[in-house]
Amino acid sequence: MRTAAEPIRELRLEGITKRFPGILACNNISMQVSRGEVLALVGENGAGKSTLMNILAGLYQPDSGTITLNGREVRFHTPNDAYAHGIGMVHQNFMLVPNMTVTENVALGLKEHHRFMNLDLKSAKARIMEVSEHHQLPVNPDAHIWQLSVGEQQRVELIKTLCFGAQLLILDEPTSALTPQETDDLIDRLKRMTGELSIIFISHKLNEVKSLSDRVAILRHGAVVFNGQTADHTSADLAALMTGREIHLPRNEGLSLDGGVVLQARDLHVRGDRGHLALDGLDLELHAGEILGLAGVSGNGQRELAEALTGLRRVESGRVEFLDADMTNRSPASMIAAGLGYIPEDRHHEGIVPKFSVKENLVLKDFHTVKFSWWVVLKQSEIAHNAEALKASFDIRCSSTSAAGGSLSGGNIQKVILARELAREPKALVAVYPTRGVDMGAQEFIHSQLLARRRAGGGVLLISEELEEIMNLSDRIAVIYKGRILKVLNSLDATRERLGLLMAGVADE
Amino acid sequence: MTSKFKIAYGAGVILLAALAAAVLGALVLKAIGASPLDTYVTIFTGPFKDVFGITEILVRAVPLILVGLGIAIAFRSGIINIGAEGQMLIGILAATATALALPGLPRYLLLTLVVLAGAIGGGLWAGIAGILRARLGVNEILSTVMLNYIAAQFYTFFLRGPMIDPGELETGSGTPQSMRLPESAILSHLIPGTRLHTGLILALVLCVCVYFFLWHTTFGFRLRAAGAEAKAARYAGIHVPGSLVMAMVLSGCFAGIAGAVEVTGVHHRAIENITSGYGFAGIVVALFGALHPAGIVPAAVFFGLLLVGSDMTQRSAGVPANMILVLQGVIILCIVSAKMYLNNAYTQERAARFFARFTAKAAPESTKDGGQS
Repeated sequence: MRTAAEPIRELRLEGITKRFPGILACNNISMQVSRGEVLALVGENGAGKSTLMNILAGLYQPDSGTITLNGREVRFHTPNDAYAHGIGMVHQNFMLVPNMTVTENVALGLKEHHRFMNLDLKSAKARIMEVSEHHQLPVNPDAHIWQLSVGEQQRVELIKTLCFGAQLLILDEPTSALTPQETDDLIDRLKRMTGELSIIFISHKLNEVKSLSDRVAILRHGAVVFNGQTADHTSADLAALMTGREIHLPRNEGLSLDGGVVLQARDLHVRGDRGHLALDGLDLELHAGEILGLAGVSGNGQRELAEALTGLRRVESGRVEFLDADMTNRSPASMIAAGLGYIPEDRHHEGIVPKFSVKENLVLKDFHTVKFSWWVVLKQSEIAHNAEALKASFDIRCSSTSAAGGSLSGGNIQKVILARELAREPKALVAVYPTRGVDMGAQEFIHSQLLARRRAGGGVLLISEELEEIMNLSDRIAVIYKGRILKVLNSLDATRERLGLLMAGVADE
Repeated sequence: MTSKFKIAYGAGVILLAALAAAVLGALVLKAIGASPLDTYVTIFTGPFKDVFGITEILVRAVPLILVGLGIAIAFRSGIINIGAEGQMLIGILAATATALALPGLPRYLLLTLVVLAGAIGGGLWAGIAGILRARLGVNEILSTVMLNYIAAQFYTFFLRGPMIDPGELETGSGTPQSMRLPESAILSHLIPGTRLHTGLILALVLCVCVYFFLWHTTFGFRLRAAGAEAKAARYAGIHVPGSLVMAMVLSGCFAGIAGAVEVTGVHHRAIENITSGYGFAGIVVALFGALHPAGIVPAAVFFGLLLVGSDMTQRSAGVPANMILVLQGVIILCIVSAKMYLNNAYTQERAARFFARFTAKAAPESTKDGGQS
């Protein structure tokens, strides 16, 4: 049995160094975790957190340095070696087979339940129930993965890892895909589990770090720059240590400039991918010179709204008006030409062409304009010049603008998209989850850019799940629930509690 | 993982693939009682024994380059064209008909028209599959393969019926072939006494054109964006179904040009089995050449060598020329499998880890470097 591994009293990493071609991902890193302790590992995108954890989970080999477990040196050649020593990792992107049940997914990795030509699902299920009860992680073992919400899938991942006998859990950005409610729930459950487990978790969100961790280690450029007790430091201190400078998330403080309406939706009915009415009579007005925050739990029609406004999804009935012209069901190209910008939710496959170079991605919407082409011939030097300028002004970190867009980190991909969209000086910009999964430094930058667009007279529709972000930036806040706008508040009247209730569908007065 | 390891890994995989192909091929040759070594020696050295052999390699390479260019355009644009064989046939019919209908035109005008007719014929034929895909979502692999069969029947029908050489009817031999093209519609020879024709120059010029088109024009940008990530292309305002149709039509144009060049350069009349499988071999050439004009040219020459060499095995090593199709198949399987290993980062990491075990045991203390702190 896997659980026979000796209990982890103390795990030590000493002098871990890992090089990739052209980059020193981990530079002589040392840290330790003891039983029952929660260590938060924070740092900007590309600071080396994931590499370090992949080394600990047996996915990578360090170039030098040692891992000691209870005082004995160990070497993990494969993830199975790490599991055999009680170390289990839950990856940021879940590793589950969607059309199998929870039990089947867990049993896949439990070798002792594999019989000749047959899988002992009964005992696997018993094991799941045992773990689920013991750690208070409720789950239906017979449910198919695709039927579960993201939060439930996360729980399945945790149970799977625990069933494999993990005593030290590594969680790579466990909350990045969760709604605020699911996040609070997960953090509560993790807190209860620390009685008998150690946890290392990677996060960008300092409030989670504050509420869950005992100690925090901060990585910058592959090296540990800080390692100390969480309770002794404020979030602001930690943010400053993380980026090497003070972080001030900018706030919307100016008076609303209230220009005319630039973008408006009237009685919009739109179907989602599964054929249901995702927007059911939605009305919304975006003014010039304002940021309109759209708050709501994801899956209430945000994606469909963004796509209907940008011409990417067919409108069944109702109208989309942009700059006083009826633009219902016009092509994406005509919306772009009219001056509508769009930062899509799926930045890796929709916001950029991953195989295209950074410079090509920066002209993805404008390559055919006179600025970047002469007749049908691309002006390569102009495209390169444009890329260099945007790279500098938006602080896009890439080895060269000829590097493939898909090779950049998430935060830098987002900067590429932002640079392209803002350089077009859009009259209205639809921004969907613009800072999801990006680090504090990039977040600050993106926020200040959105505010700058507002000052320049553009309207910004900010779709987000982060109440903090919406409340900081918006002039007005609309709450979406089941495909309709439940209420539009002036941001001065909005409180977390009030928005939270509205997001749950409870209309006030 | 060091870059040194990466190069060693790449070279290792290619060598192993070549070795595997050679061994598998040898087994097949042994099975039919031929000497594998003699056969290989003949294939790879035979064609180089005289100028004629070398020009023959190039004669085969010309249609392979042209078809390969078209395939590269389609694959890069996210649509798969397996129908080059049929598109070539339709191109040949169109080119032959044009040449026979306008024998009095000046040479350059007529040749231009003939090649254009081939391009249009192939392009329209491919366009059927393109429109079916864009409008109705019909899988283009199925439709292009099926269109190959239809094109083959069309071709036979025309050669046996409307376009048959009247001379054949008079003598009563009834060989299904068209009349000989007028002299003004025949490509001149590059080297006298060989079959090498000026189509080679056209093929090379078109290589440059395709490179320029794909990487330096707005059309190419659109096609490549739609092929690399359709979702992002749609987001950027590119009409993806339109770009698929355009890519398919262009791809067919090149197959049609290959057909027109083959009939005006080599056979000088439309005959049966004129395509010699170039429409399929061209797909392999395109993939082997990494879907890039600069890779397609050497790949086409290599496959030209295989084709010419295998014809010689019949005489010198007593191996039927059809065996080369088996060898070709084996080579293709090995190369495609090797490509999977070359591009898969996971297997690469696994190999690196596997070797790291040995190096770690051999020198446990030698890896202490302090980094750049």
